[in-house]
Amino acid sequence: MKNIRLKKCVLPMALVLAGMGNALAADTIKVGVLHSLSGTMAISETTLKDTMEMLIAEQNKKGGVLGKKLEAVVVDPASNWPLFAEKARELISKEKTDVVFGCWTSVSRKSVLPVFEELNSLLFYPVQYEGEESSKNVFYTGAAPNQQAIPAVDYLMNDIGVKRWVLAGTDYVYPRTTNKILKAYLKAKGVKDEDIMVNYTPFGHSDWQSIVSDIKKFGKTGKKTAVVSTINGDANVPFYKELGNQGVSAEDIPVVAFSVGEEELSGIDTKPLVGHLAAWNYFMSVDAEENEEFIESWQKYTKNDKRVSNDPMEAHYIGFNMWVEAVEKAGTTDPDKVGEAIIGVSVPNLTGGTSTMMPNHHITKPVLIGEIQNDGQFDVVWQTTGTVAGDAWSDFLPGSKDIISDWRAPMSCGNYNVKTKKCSGQNF
Amino acid sequence: MQYLVLIISLFLSPILSANSSDLSASLAQLSDRNNKAKSEAIEKITQSNRPQTIKILQSLLEGNIYYRKSDKTIFYFNQRDDGYHLEDVLSGEISIIPKKRGYKKVTINNKLRGKLRQSIASLQLGNADPSVRKSAVEEIFKKITPGNVALLNEYLPKENDVNIRTLMQLALTISELSSDDDSITLVAIKKLDGNLEPIVRNTLNQLVEESDNPTIIAAAQESLKSIKSQVKFYDHMETLYFGLSLGSVLALAGLGLAITFGVMGVINMAHGELIMIGAYTTYVIQLLMPDSIGMSILVAIPAAFIVAGLVGILMERTVIRHLYGRPLETLLATFGISLILQQAVRSIFSPLNRTVITPEWMSGTLDVNAIFSLTWNRLYIIVFCIMVFITLIMIMKKTPLGLQVRAVSQNRAMARAMGVRSDWVDALTFGLGAGIAGVAGVALSLLTNVGPNLGQAYIIDSFMVVVFGGVGNLWGTLVAGMSLGVINKVLEPWAGAVLAKILVLIAIILFIQKRPRGLFPQRGRAAEN
Repeated sequence: MKNIRLKKCVLPMALVLAGMGNALAADTIKVGVLHSLSGTMAISETTLKDTMEMLIAEQNKKGGVLGKKLEAVVVDPASNWPLFAEKARELISKEKTDVVFGCWTSVSRKSVLPVFEELNSLLFYPVQYEGEESSKNVFYTGAAPNQQAIPAVDYLMNDIGVKRWVLAGTDYVYPRTTNKILKAYLKAKGVKDEDIMVNYTPFGHSDWQSIVSDIKKFGKTGKKTAVVSTINGDANVPFYKELGNQGVSAEDIPVVAFSVGEEELSGIDTKPLVGHLAAWNYFMSVDAEENEEFIESWQKYTKNDKRVSNDPMEAHYIGFNMWVEAVEKAGTTDPDKVGEAIIGVSVPNLTGGTSTMMPNHHITKPVLIGEIQNDGQFDVVWQTTGTVAGDAWSDFLPGSKDIISDWRAPMSCGNYNVKTKKCSGQNF
Repeated sequence: MQYLVLIISLFLSPILSANSSDLSASLAQLSDRNNKAKSEAIEKITQSNRPQTIKILQSLLEGNIYYRKSDKTIFYFNQRDDGYHLEDVLSGEISIIPKKRGYKKVTINNKLRGKLRQSIASLQLGNADPSVRKSAVEEIFKKITPGNVALLNEYLPKENDVNIRTLMQLALTISELSSDDDSITLVAIKKLDGNLEPIVRNTLNQLVEESDNPTIIAAAQESLKSIKSQVKFYDHMETLYFGLSLGSVLALAGLGLAITFGVMGVINMAHGELIMIGAYTTYVIQLLMPDSIGMSILVAIPAAFIVAGLVGILMERTVIRHLYGRPLETLLATFGISLILQQAVRSIFSPLNRTVITPEWMSGTLDVNAIFSLTWNRLYIIVFCIMVFITLIMIMKKTPLGLQVRAVSQNRAMARAMGVRSDWVDALTFGLGAGIAGVAGVALSLLTNVGPNLGQAYIIDSFMVVVFGGVGNLWGTLVAGMSLGVINKVLEPWAGAVLAKILVLIAIILFIQKRPRGLFPQRGRAAEN
C-alpha cells in the first residue's frame, strides 16, 4: 500500500523535475566543474570548485554570456582516477555541458583525456604539470615546466649561486618528468653528476629524518646547496617540520617548492619555514589592482576574511575569462569554433599584466619566485621581466626536443616533429 | 613624551646632522626594489655604527621595517589592537594608521638575511650579555672571512668568558688553515686534529687538493682519516637513533591496536581514526589555551585519552558488541565507522589540515657534537612511547581491571562464572585501547599533518606491527615496532624510501610464513583455540 502511494507520488514529481531541467537547459549555458570534493585531493580541489562557482555567479551578474545565464554543474569524482573519466562522460553526454573546468593531478587529467577527445568537448586544466602533452580538447592554464621549474633553477643558479642540487619529489609522473627535465637542464649548464642528488618518496611520506639528514650532509661540503622540491600535498608538512627540527635554515639550504602555495601553508606553523622559496605564476601578496579586487570578492563570496587565494585559482580566473571571451567572439559554444576563436585571446591576469592563449593551448604567464614569510604569505623576491609562453614539449628532453604543437590550421597538430616533418597523430 | 623626543632631537640634531643625512640617505635606499641596492644600504647602515643601528638591522631582519611610498621615509612597524603603529626611524615620531595602504614592507631575501645576521653579529661581539656574544661568535663561525678574522682578533683579548674565548680561538685556528704561511697551516692542522666541524673537513679536503707542499698534504690526509672514521661511527649512531624514533612512533600507533585487536580479537579498521581524534584533540586544546602552548601538550595527553576512549566505548557499545565472533562483519562495520569519523572531521574542521604548534621546549636539537645531534621532539617521543608502554603493562599486570581483561580474553565462560561482568570489561578494554590510540595521536600531531587522512596513513603500519610482534603480546608490539623502525632506516639510504617500505613488507610476509604467530607467540590452551 505504502509503496504504491509512494510510486504515485514519485512519478509526477520526476516528470515535473525533468521538464524543469529541459526548460533550464534551453536558455542557460552549462559549465561543468570536475573537482574532487572528498578523498585525499579534496584539500586542494574544493577551493577550485568554490572559485568556479564564484566566477560563474559574477559573470551572471554581468549578464551571462551571449545573453544566456551560465549554470554550474558540479560533480564529485572523489579523488578516484577512474571515476574522473566516468564523471566527465556524465557531464558531457548526460548533462550536456558546453565546457568543463577541472582536474588537479596529472593522472586524473590523463584519465579524462580520452573522454574529452572522443566526445569532442573542452577541458580547462588549472594546475602546473609536467608538460609533454598537447590535446586539441584541453587548455592548460597552469604552468608548464619552462614556466615554473626552469626559471626557479635559473634564479637559484644566477642570483643565489647554488652549485649543488637536491631534486626531491613524490614518486609519480609529475615529479619524475620534471626532475628528468631539470637534470638534463642542469647537466647542459655544466653541473656534474656528483653534485645532483635525486630522491623519491611515496605519497604521504611522514618520516623524513634520514632524508633531511642526508640533505644536510650533502649540503655541508662547502658548496652552496639548494633543494628543488616537487614533493606533493600532505608530505610537505612533516618534511618542513623535520627541516626546522634539524636546524636546516633557508639561509643554509633553501628549498624551492613547486607544489606549496598559500593554501598548503595555512596548515603549517610557518615560523621555521621563513625564507624557503616557492615558484608560481601568482602570489596572493602581489601588489596589483586586479588582485586586490579578486581577493576582496573571493573573501566576500566565501564569507571568510581569512581565506587565501592561490595560483591554480588564478589559472581558473584566466581560463574562465578566456573561454567567455572566445565564446563571445565565436558567437557560439560549439567546441570547435570556440577552440579556434580562443587562440590569441588575451585577458588580464591577477599580477597586473595580460595572459594570451598560445596556439599550443598553453598560455603566457609571468614567473615569480616568492619567499615564505612568517604570516604564511610569500614575498616576491624575483620575477621574469615579461611573460613566458608555456612550452608543451620540453626543449631539454631528447624525445621531445624536436616536437612542437600548433592547433591552428593548416598544421592542427599537437605533436609535430620539425625534423621528420610529420604529425605523429598520437592522442595526447 | 612627544615633547621630550622633540627636545632631545632638537638638541641632538646639530651634532648629528652631518652623519644623519648619510644615514637617512642609506635608509631611503632600503626602499629600492633592487636587492643589490638594499645590500649596499645595509652595509652603509652597519658602518655608520650609531646607537640605533642594531635596532634597525634587527627590525629589518624581522620584517618590521616599512616605508611610505610617497616620500620613502622609513618606519618601524608594529601591529597593535588599535591599528598599525608607525615609528619614524630617525625622528622617533609615532603615528597610528588604520590601514596599510600607501606603506610597503622592505622585503629581504635569504642573501640579505644572511648579511644582516653577519652584520648584527659583528656589532654584538662587544655586547655586555655573554649569551648575545656567544651567538654572535657562533654566527661569525658560519662565515670566516678576513674581515671577521680581524674582528675576532680585536675582541679576543677583551673577552673574559672562557667558552666564548675557546670558540673564538677555534674560529681563528680554522682561518689559519688557509694561511699562506705553510708552517702556520701545519700547526693549525695539528691543533685541529679530530675536530668534527664540517668546515674543518672541507678546508682539509681543499688543502689535499690544492696545496703543493707534500708535508701539508700528508698531515691533512692523516687528519682526514681519523675524522672520516669518526664520521662513519656517528652516521651509524644516527641511523640507529632515526630507526628507534620511527620505531617508537610505530609502537605507539600499534599499542592501542595490540589491546583491541591483540587482546580482544576485534579487527578495528577505525583504529587510525581514533589516532586522528587524539591529534584533533591536541589542536582543540591548543585553541583553548593559546597563551600557554608549552603546557597545552601536557594537557592534551589526558584529554586525548579521555576523548578517544569515550569514542571507543561508544563504538563498542553501539556496534562492535553485536558482532563479536564475526570478524568479517566487524571489519566492514569498523571500516564504515572510520569513513564516518573522517567525514565528520571534514565537516567540523574543514578538509584542510590544521596547525599544531610544536612547543618551544620540544623544538631544536641536542647537539652531541658538530656532526651528531638528536632532535628534541623525537627524543621526547621515544621517552613518551616507553612511558606509555610501561603504564600499559602496569595496568594489565597490576590492576583488577587488567586481571579481569586477561581472564575474559583467556576464557570468557570461566571468567563469567567467577563473577566478572564480561560486558563491562569488554567496553572498558576497548576504551583503553582507543584511549591509547588517542594518546598516540598527540605524539603524531607534532610530527605530521593533522588532517582527515592522518589515520589512514598509520592503520596498515599498526596492523603490521601487531601481527609481526605476536597478537596479544604487548612486549611483542614494542619490540616489533622498534625493530621495524630500525630495519626501515638501515635499508632507506641505499634502497630509497619507496623500496625500503616494500622490502620490509616482503620480509614480514616471509617471516609470518615461517612463524605465523609472530615474534612472541602466546602460549597456553587459550591461545590454541
